[in-house]
Amino acid sequence: MLELQLLLIFMIIGAIIAVKEKDLLSSVIAVGTVGLGLSLVFLILKAPDLAIVQLVVEILVIIILIRATIRRDLPFSTSGRWFFNTLVTFVFIGVFLVFIYLYIKDLPQFGQPIMKIAQRFIAEGLRETGATNLVSSVILDYRAYDTLGEATILFTAVMGVLAVMRKVGRKK
Amino acid sequence: MAKNQEGMTLIVKTITRLTVGLILLFGIYIVTHGHISPGGGFAGGAIIALSFIHIMLAFGKEVTFKKMNQSVMSFFESVGAIMFITFAILGIGSGYFFLNFMLKGKPFKLFSSGLIPLYNLAICLKVGAGLFIIFVILVLLKTPKKGGEK
Repeated sequence: MLELQLLLIFMIIGAIIAVKEKDLLSSVIAVGTVGLGLSLVFLILKAPDLAIVQLVVEILVIIILIRATIRRDLPFSTSGRWFFNTLVTFVFIGVFLVFIYLYIKDLPQFGQPIMKIAQRFIAEGLRETGATNLVSSVILDYRAYDTLGEATILFTAVMGVLAVMRKVGRKK
Repeated sequence: MAKNQEGMTLIVKTITRLTVGLILLFGIYIVTHGHISPGGGFAGGAIIALSFIHIMLAFGKEVTFKKMNQSVMSFFESVGAIMFITFAILGIGSGYFFLNFMLKGKPFKLFSSGLIPLYNLAICLKVGAGLFIIFVILVLLKTPKKGGEK
C-alpha cells in the first residue's frame, strides 16, 4: 500500500504544478503526469482494463491539448476579484469535505469486496456469459445499458463538436 | 519525400511508417481479444484512433484524408452505433433487450461468449471514429482560420 500512497502524493504534486504553472505547455505536461500516475494506480489495484483505457485516453487528450492550446497562450487572470473567488473556493471545499466525511464513514473497508452483486458476477460470470474477461462480461452483458449510455454520450459529444466547429454552411 | 513538405521532419516520417502498422495491429488485437484478456472495445478503438492521429501528426492532413475521409469516419461511427443497437434489439426475439442469445462456446477460445465480441467490434468502430473526428475537428479545422497562413 506504500507505493500507492507515494503515487498519490506524486499525482497531487503534479496537479498543483499544473494549476500553478504559468507556461501552458508545462501545465499540460504536468496534467499528463497526473494521468499516467492514475494509470499506474489502476495497475497496482489489479485493474488492467482501466489502466489500458486510462493510458490510451490520456495520450489522446494530451495530444489534443497540446495541438489545440500551444498557439493560444491564455493568461490567467489573477488580479481582480481574487478574494471573492478564493472565498467561494474554500467554502465549497469545506462543504465537500463535510459531505465526503459523512459518506466515507459508512463505506466498507478498502479492498474488501463484500458486495453481493459482485460476488454473483465472480461466481457465475464465466458460466453465464462464457467470457473469461469478467470486466468485459459485466460491461457488455450484465450492465450493457451503461455501455449504451456511454456510446450515446460519445455520439452526442461528436455531434456537438461538429455543430460548433463546422465549416460547411458557415459564411466566411 | 521532398515534395511533401507538410508535417514533421524525415526522421519522424520514417519512424511513423515503421510503427503505425504495429500500432493499428495492436489495436485490432485488443479489440478482438477483448473478451479473453484485458482490453475491449473502448481501449482498442482509442488505440486505432491514435494510429490515425499518428499518421496525421507526422504526414499532415492531405495524406491522411486520402486514407480516411471525414465522411467515411462519420459512416463508421454511425455503423457502430447501429450495430450495437441492432444486436441489442435482436435479443428481444428470444427474450429481453441485451440478451446474449448466441452460443457461448468454450472459454479461452477466440470465438466464444456469444455476442460480446460483436459488441466489442461495434464499440471499437464507434469510439475509434468518434475520437478521430473530435481530434480532426478540434485541432486541424480551426488552426488555419485563427492564425492565417502558418
